[in-house]
Amino acid sequence: MKNSGIKWHVIVFLAPAVLVYTAIMIFPLFNTLRLALYTEVDQVRQFVGLENFRTLFGDPYWSGQFWNALGNNFWFFFIHMIVQNPIGIALAAILSHPRLRFAALYRTAIFVPTILSFVIVGFAWKLILSPIWGITPDMLKALGLKWLYAPYLGKEEYALTTLALISVWQFVGIPMMLIYAALLSIPEEVLEAGEVDGITGFASFWKIKLPLILPSIGIISILTFVGNFNAFDLIYTTQGALAGPDFSTDILGTFMYRTFFGFQLQLGDPHMGSAIASGMFGIILIGVCIYLFGIQTRLRRYQF
Amino acid sequence: MSKARNNPLNSFAAHAALIAYTLIALFPVFVILINSFKTRKAIFRDPLALPEADTFTLIGYQTVLKQGDFFLYFQNSMIVTVVSLTLVLLFGAMAAFALAEYKFKGNMLMGLYLALGIMIPIRIGTVAILEMMVSSGLVNTLWALILVYTAQGLPLAVFILSEFMRQVSDDLKNAGRIDGLSEYTIFFRLVLPLVRPAMATVAVFNMIPIWNDLWFPLILAPAEETKTLTLGSQVFIGQFVTDWNAVLSALSMAILPVMILYVIFSRQLIRGITSGAVK
Repeated sequence: MKNSGIKWHVIVFLAPAVLVYTAIMIFPLFNTLRLALYTEVDQVRQFVGLENFRTLFGDPYWSGQFWNALGNNFWFFFIHMIVQNPIGIALAAILSHPRLRFAALYRTAIFVPTILSFVIVGFAWKLILSPIWGITPDMLKALGLKWLYAPYLGKEEYALTTLALISVWQFVGIPMMLIYAALLSIPEEVLEAGEVDGITGFASFWKIKLPLILPSIGIISILTFVGNFNAFDLIYTTQGALAGPDFSTDILGTFMYRTFFGFQLQLGDPHMGSAIASGMFGIILIGVCIYLFGIQTRLRRYQF
Repeated sequence: MSKARNNPLNSFAAHAALIAYTLIALFPVFVILINSFKTRKAIFRDPLALPEADTFTLIGYQTVLKQGDFFLYFQNSMIVTVVSLTLVLLFGAMAAFALAEYKFKGNMLMGLYLALGIMIPIRIGTVAILEMMVSSGLVNTLWALILVYTAQGLPLAVFILSEFMRQVSDDLKNAGRIDGLSEYTIFFRLVLPLVRPAMATVAVFNMIPIWNDLWFPLILAPAEETKTLTLGSQVFIGQFVTDWNAVLSALSMAILPVMILYVIFSRQLIRGITSGAVK
């Protein structure tokens, strides 16, 4: 029976997943890259080669918006890297302490924001930071820090950083959990061997644990990168498709949405939208490649 | 265990840090919930006070229930999430079984092909997805969302499940084959029940992003009768920005179902993440 002709059951097992995945994910992905090479003239689709990209990078109106969105996106990512990951690692390090009581309770509570939708998170923070409601100014006043208050989401210079921090607040649970899992998998013998050599407490974290969890930090970084470069929901919920004030919170996701669907008087343009999507695809691809070939292969993995 | 790792001062500092962060994590949710039960005046006079007898009101909830069709939105979200999860698990497990169990030409390649989607977000293809849904008449139907979420969930599902299926004992399957069971029976009767914990992990991983997604409902199914709860609350809150009672109540009502799901599944979720499923 074996090796005789086509194994139909293999095809039957694979077919549904491969068909849905190919039709809904892979095909549209390449079709979007292809659509970026077309434009519409008098409601007829015309091939124009790289013209859309020339407009995107060459036309000052478009390129200004593109570089603004890209720069904002990098800042958004930067804030995540320097705030979300250290906090996540610190929380995980504290939680993984072997005799800590209520660890499960803390873990569950700190993960709560991660399960909420952007709509809830966005509006909740918008209300809390709102100068009309006054929760934030009152609380800062109670701490004697009233001078720190500003309408954070309404000021060009603060809005993007504020949104990035809201996003950090929401997602800190993910690095916390992944690092926590990595820390738990470090065998007791390794830590005890360190103790025998007099390495305890902070020193044991820096010298033993941190090098061992570097691969997990790498994974977190690439997950954050991919997540940030196709982010959209939080900005759209709090600032709308125009990503105000004055496009200061515009990132690639909102820029693509605006271009694709149009806003106010500008009509939507699926082909320019595709061009921006292709740009996002390129950036994510570069990021993933840097991770896979540049970082992951250099990190030493320890097998216990 | 040595004394150095059990210093009471350290343990106090650890609890202080964790309690502080827990407060930061829960504070916004708490503020929204308590204020949704207060009168407009009380919301502004003392936002941090709990509702009392003279400040308690349900007016916000009444507005929400009258104006927004939240039961329909909830139902839509439920249908989309449950059907997509079922398809992801069924199709994902089948493909994972094929990859883990059979040696055939291109097995490796097929595995890599299916794994591509773990890193590349499906949103990049939105323009073409919308075009396809329009031309097939699926736009503004729940099927559009179900198909997209199924495709989105499959790569990680196949990846995780095939890892687990490789661990199922060969003896068991071969015993089944000797007894004359078909490959399908072996899959559904013998293998599936054994990987149930992994299936639960995959389900919980996929559930939250599907339930919370705003992008695809906004683009593929914005019609009133196909709005999901996430899109429905977004639109509703956008319209009622000045009615604070209604906004706070709508937010609380959107928080509630996710919290219930989380309380039920949090163990599964946390065990799934910490079991090293994502390596």
